[in-house]
Formats: sequence, structure tokens, C-alpha cells
Amino acid sequence: MNISVNATVAQSEHANFVGQPVLRREDARMLTGRGRFTDDIQLPGMTYAAVVRSSYGHARIRSIDASRATTMAGVVGVLTEADLAGKVGDIRPNWVVGNSIVPPHRPLASGRVRYLGEPVAFVVANTRAQAVDAVEAIDVDYEPLPVVVDQEAALQPGAPQLHDNVPGNLIGVFTLGGGDYAAAAASADRLVKVRLVNQRLIPNPMEPRAVCAYYDELEERLTIYMPSQVPHMSKRWLAETLGWPEHRLHLIAPDIGGGFGCKMHFYPEEILCAYAARHFGRPVRWTETRSESYQATTHGRAHVEYVEAAVKNDGQVLGIKLRSVANLGAYLSNMGTGIPTINTASYATGTYHIPSLDAEVRLVTTNTTPVDAYRGAGRPEGAYIIERTMDAVANALGIDPLELRRRNLIRADQFPYIPYGHPVFVWDSGDYHRCLDAAAEQIGYAKWRSQQSELRAQGRHVGVAITCYMELVGMGMSPMLKEHGFDRGGWESAQLRVHSDGNVTLFSGSMSQGHGHATSYAQIVGDVLQLPMDHIDVVQGDTDRVPAGHGTFNSRSMPVGGSAAFTAANKILAKATQIAAAMLQVKADAVTYKTGNFWITGRPEQRVSFAQVARMAYVASNLPTGMQAGLDEIVCYEPQEMPASYGMHAAVVEVDKDTGEVKILDYVGIDDVGNLINPLLCEGQMHGGLAQGIGQALYEGAEYDDTGQLVTGSLLDYTFPKSDQIPRVRVGFQVTPAPNNPLGVKGIGEAGCVAAPPVIVSAVCDALSSFGITHIDMPLTPPKVWRAIRDAQRVR
Amino acid sequence: MLLVHFLREQAGLTGTHIGCDTSQCGACTVRLDGATVKSCTVLAVQADGHAVTTIEGLADPARLTPLQQAFHERHALQCGFCTAGMIFAAQALLDYVPNPTEAQVRHALHGNLCRCTGYQNIVDAVLLAAKLQQTEDMRVVEAT
Repeated sequence: MNISVNATVAQSEHANFVGQPVLRREDARMLTGRGRFTDDIQLPGMTYAAVVRSSYGHARIRSIDASRATTMAGVVGVLTEADLAGKVGDIRPNWVVGNSIVPPHRPLASGRVRYLGEPVAFVVANTRAQAVDAVEAIDVDYEPLPVVVDQEAALQPGAPQLHDNVPGNLIGVFTLGGGDYAAAAASADRLVKVRLVNQRLIPNPMEPRAVCAYYDELEERLTIYMPSQVPHMSKRWLAETLGWPEHRLHLIAPDIGGGFGCKMHFYPEEILCAYAARHFGRPVRWTETRSESYQATTHGRAHVEYVEAAVKNDGQVLGIKLRSVANLGAYLSNMGTGIPTINTASYATGTYHIPSLDAEVRLVTTNTTPVDAYRGAGRPEGAYIIERTMDAVANALGIDPLELRRRNLIRADQFPYIPYGHPVFVWDSGDYHRCLDAAAEQIGYAKWRSQQSELRAQGRHVGVAITCYMELVGMGMSPMLKEHGFDRGGWESAQLRVHSDGNVTLFSGSMSQGHGHATSYAQIVGDVLQLPMDHIDVVQGDTDRVPAGHGTFNSRSMPVGGSAAFTAANKILAKATQIAAAMLQVKADAVTYKTGNFWITGRPEQRVSFAQVARMAYVASNLPTGMQAGLDEIVCYEPQEMPASYGMHAAVVEVDKDTGEVKILDYVGIDDVGNLINPLLCEGQMHGGLAQGIGQALYEGAEYDDTGQLVTGSLLDYTFPKSDQIPRVRVGFQVTPAPNNPLGVKGIGEAGCVAAPPVIVSAVCDALSSFGITHIDMPLTPPKVWRAIRDAQRVR
Repeated sequence: MLLVHFLREQAGLTGTHIGCDTSQCGACTVRLDGATVKSCTVLAVQADGHAVTTIEGLADPARLTPLQQAFHERHALQCGFCTAGMIFAAQALLDYVPNPTEAQVRHALHGNLCRCTGYQNIVDAVLLAAKLQQTEDMRVVEAT
């Protein structure tokens, strides 16, 4: 099950790169401290910004007095809403589902703050220390208002109201489904009900957010460095909000220290740095501290779900009814309305043939940091909904949970599968049963199950579980996105430029945040052009160099960006072949190309090299009639379908009943993400996703108190897994090539994060089944598990 | 002024990173004389007159240390933000425990957070480096 890394592929030679565990070309600079992150950038005359943030969860601003701060040594200036009103637009979300109401959101609070940490004023000074000191000298007079942080409480009559245009704090009600759930419920033998909490998480990329902006007065151009997962969209949003022409806005995303979704949204500090750089005529840099990040950067998840399954006594699940209440925070972040609705509810039937779904999601605003896409972005919630429900069904019917899953899985001959009769969604391909069997075999399900009672007799509480997930990845397609409320396209760009010496640069609109795109894209292009990878450079994250793009999210870089690169490389090869044919004085179909040389088929001595062809493309003295000079192609690849990745994950855990501590004894994931471009990097993505998923299951959870203070306000209080809190995981792949993209790839970036939470919770509940425990809400921290055991024993 | 601020802002050595404000993450780990320290827990003035080694000074970029090489070969880094700190923390272990167990490696890295890798490949890289280092030590012994 382990990827062999001994067989390293030489990037300086011709090889078949796709499918090989090629070592990363990104590593060298990171290993020697030569990475370049936004906070590393130093510009002449640099100033530093710090943000005055609301210390209340909800308050009216009576006054802001910056007079002391503006006279302090080194302070360049202070911005408040009074400076921005009429000059800078609102922060607009980019995905608004259904009839969701968009409350006004200003970059700096306008008269009222609605969450702890909401920006109130922006200070610019000559040093970082001076800026931080000046923040302390700005007097904001607040009149505290009643606070509501819980989404269900916010819907109650008499709850504090956040926005004038959002009555009852209800942003919108979204329904989704198909089939006839009422009929399913009527014909069911039983209705099985569960309530689930998918707790609020803090994404925590190791590099906090940062922005560095400067304005070139002579050229009248704004340059902004920031770790954006979506450089071209960030540029567009900034230009629109600032009212600044896009052709004079240059956005550079340098190295990004992890993103996990939270670096693809649109934040006040980005607007403020850009505005301040022009306003004060000095470069401005802002970097959030970790604790500041916990208030200022979007959170994830935060749903409560009520699920009802209509089932037959033989275990057949006829339908799912979902009523969920999602906490969107104080304002609509970029994709906030889409995550709990389309990205979650669509997956409420998971990997199963369940003919009906009746889902209704209420979207609620509360006095908390805005909630948006975080790795998995709705699919972890969806998988958790159906998998916890399947366990409840198994429990209610007395069927082994593995057997129940086997009976309900979509069969291989049912693909392409249309879930619950939905008009648009298609699960493209797979073999779920084979995957489930592989996971069961690898974990030794039968063995653990048979040993369980014996272990219990010894006082050991060991549980075993297997759960399933599937997710649509590779976000497109532009018209469908529009239909679902997006204000963005679904294609990705690849510009492939062959230089006159035959070396190649790929300009990609996607954006690595540590994924290793420079390696995997070079593998793809290297294979098509049959050139050593060393001849191919990959450029991302510079809107002046990369012509267009969307970025990296929704596990889309290989299926969409990779398909773009593949298509562009094939166009290059087609044109190069025509040029070679002209040079060899034959027709293009009489030319053979291999490992950097074109020759007349059957006469290998009559050859021209790829480099000679590239040179001819620019010298242009012997091009086919009508052909334009140059060897440079741009492709905006529009996917035809979103591929469906899936996997079956298995875990064995042991619970210490005296301390509540959970120990993972074994973990197996078998995933089908289509063809693997680079198995080594795929394995790395899975490891990282699993760590975040296990983090959600066992450790993580952001907590507010009733006054709107963030109790988990720093890394002291918010736990994400450390090296000794994560088990060794065993990852394996089965491959069903995606049928509708040229590489046959699906996506992997988020899979581990989707898969892990339900299987860990399921295994822990299995371990505690003798206490009558069927469910504990995440995170399963020792105190929580201990209390559940104590309460169960009391009941007895 | 903290040592990490001095390194990044005065000395221009930006290979040492800041990932938190509570001394949890270890991204700023460096070597101070013989000791391995989080440079956010040391004042710059305390380092006056002492030898500080950062990731930039650990090795000639053209000739990586066994640990750096092992990180590359085992895909032990993704975004690279925690990597410098990880390298110093792991090297400190290998200096004292040349042939550690997996549990010892996991314990030794407890003070260094990574959000990308799930640690498994980092642990494997440290175990590989232990082997590489022993081979190298043996070569040195044989040569002398």
C-alpha cells in the first residue's frame, strides 16, 4: 500500500513522467530558506499596517478618536469608514445561492460592529511596532448591543437582530432534492432520526494571511502581493471594489504557506492595503498574527443538521430528509451561502442508491467571524450527514454497519449515476463495492469484529468502522456555475510558450499553495511534448504574466488546470509538427515525433529537433502557407463534467474508559481519484487531508461564549494535531479514470478531510457501544468522551 | 525585539518564519550556539555575542545535509512554511539520539506544527536521515 519513492525519476532525461513518483522541484528553495512569502517582501520606503478591531461581538460605534494616534512618532496615517465612504465599494460575496439576502459589508465598520475582530480602523506607520502601538492609542467608544452567536438561537423570536435588511437573521432558505421523500417515508418500515453538529473550525494554514501593496505614481499602477489561491479573481474583486482599472492592477501571489480555502476569499485588509498604498504614497505591508487570524480569517463548517432516513427492515434506505441550519457569521463571505447548501446537501445521500432526498437549509447570520469554504467545503459535512445516519440505521435495524453499507452502495453498473433524480448532478464513475471490500480487507474488519467481545471482556474498548464518501471535484462548468448563483467561470487557463531554443514555459491560472504544481504540470507537459521536465518551467500567481485564470480550490487543479495544460501542449505539438513537415518538405501526416525529434516516417535520418522547429517558428522563414509565426498557445479549458472522487476509509480505535482518551490503532484509506499524475504527491495530499479530518474528529473546534468572545482565541486554546497526535495512516488507491477529461483524473486535495471525521466518530461509538453510546458530537476530546461514558453509566 | 524579528527584519534572513504569536508553532526554530530554540522566545539582545544558525546558514544549497536530502526524498514538505523549523527540531533530536524510534521522532517534533503533511512523511524523513547520517559517519570513520 505504500508508494515506492526509491524509483526517483530523473527530470533531466526523457521519460514517461505521468504516473511516476517524481520528486518535487519546489523543495530545494524551501529546504534552504529561499522561499518567498508575502511577509518576506521588502520594498523601499515600506510602511506597516495594523488593524483596530472590534473588541465586542456586537456594538454600536459612538465615535472613533484617532487624534492621539495620528500624532504619534512614525504614524503615517489612520483610515476609518469616514475616509472610505463613497470611494470604496462594499465587499461582495462571489457565490449567492437562491434568494439569499446580501447584507451590506464595508471594509471598515460603518457605525456598528457585528463580530469580534471586525476591522474598525486601519493604521499605517513606519514600523510594525509603531503601528501596533498606535492601534492602542485609538479610542473607539462602543455601545454594546445584545449578541447572538448560535445559529439556532438567532432564528428564535426576540433574538438580537444583525442587519436591517435581514429580518429574523435569516439570510435565505435553500431547498434541494429529488424523488418523492413523502412517499418513501410513507412506505418505510421505520424512520431513523439523528441530530448532528458539524462544529466550527479554524483553517490554520501555517502562513497567516498577509498583503503588501504599492502604488507606482509614474505608471499609475497598483501592485499587490498576497497569498491568494485565486489571483485573477482577487485582482478582479479588488479592481471592482476600489473602482480601479484592472489593466493597472498587478496582483502577485508569491509562495503560499498553505491555504485550505481560507485564502480564496475577499478580505477587508486586501482592500485597505491597496487603498492605503495609493492614498499615503508608500508601500504598505500587513501580516496578521495567528491570534488575529482567528478573528479575521474565515472559519469553516458550523452547521447543525437534523436528518431523517426512511428505511425498510432489510436495510434498504428509501430516502433522506435533511433540515439543516448553517451559521454564516456576521457577513456573507465569498462562497458562504453555497457551502452549506449545494456543497453539503447535494451529498446527503453519499455513495448510496437512495432514490429520494428532501433537503432544506436555513442560512443564518450571527455575531461571529464569517464562515466560508475550508478544505472539503461542504463535502465533509455531507459525508458526515449520511455516514452518521447509516450508522444510526444499522444500529436501529441490528444490521452490521458494513453490511448495511454494502446493501445500499451504488453498483458499478449504475454509473453514470444520477442521484435522487436530480436534473443536473451526475456521479460519473467508480466501483464502490470493490473499494469497500478492499478497505475491509486491509483493516481486517472481520477479525476486529470477531475479537471485539473478547477484548471487551479484558476491559478493552476497541471499535472498528468503515465509512464511505464521494465528492464532485474539478469545479466547472461556467453555465452551471452561473445557474447556481456563482459570479465566476469554471474554466482554467494554460498558456504554453515554446521559446526559440525549444525550452517551454507553462503559465497556469491555477495556484499552488504547497501542492507541487510546478512538478505535476511539468510532468503532464513533458509527456505530451516528450521533453525532459527540466526543459519546462511553470509560472503561476502573477496576473501580468499569466493571462487569465480562476485558481486552486475544489480539488480542481489537475482535472481542470491539468487538462488545460494537456490541451495546450497538444496544440503546440500539432503546430510544431506542421512546421517540422514544412522543414522536412513532407506532409504533416508523414512526420513522426519522439523524444524531441521529428523525422520523416520510416526515414529517421531525415530529422529536425524540437528546438530547431521552435527556432523556425520565430525566424519564420519556412512556415506552412498562412501559418502565423510563434509557438505559443493559450487554452481556457472548460470542463464537460465534474468528476466524482470517492473512497472508503476504515479505522480501528481504542478508548480508555477511565480517561476518555481515543487512540487510533490503525487507519486505512482506499481512494479512487482517477488516474494519478504523481502518486507521491497524491499520497501527501491524502496524509494532509486526513490529519485535518482527524483534527476535526478528535481535537478541533472554535468556541464563542455568549458575549461573542472567541474562547479559542489563540493556538493555546485551539488544538490542531501535533506530530504525536496523528497515527501512521495507510493510503492506497484504486483507479477508475474520469471518463470526461483528457487526463482521466479526478481530484484529491480535499478527500482526506472529507473521509476521516465520520470514520473516526463511527469507530469510537462502536468502541463504546457496550455503554449504549451511539453518538458523540465532535470533537471527541477526552473530557467529552469521558462525560459521555459517565452519563451512559448513570442512566444505567 | 525578539530574535525572530531581528533575523527577519534587521538581518534580512526571511527563511525563519513566524507562524504564531504564542510560541506554539515552531516555524521560527533556529540554533543558538549548541541549543535549538524557538527564536520568538529569545530576545535579540540575549543572542548578542552568540552564534545563531538559521536555515540559510545550515548548508551550502548545492550540498544539502542528510536531513534536508531526506525531507526531499520522502516528500516531507508541501508549502514549506514549517520546514526550516522542522529541520532544526529534527536535527536536534538526531544530534542526541542518532538512531531514534518513530515514537521518539514524533515526540521530538511535538513543538513544531505542520498543517500540510500530516507529519507522516516528516517522521519518515527523519528516520531516513538517521540512516543516511550513520552511513556518512561511517564513511568519515573509515576515512580517518
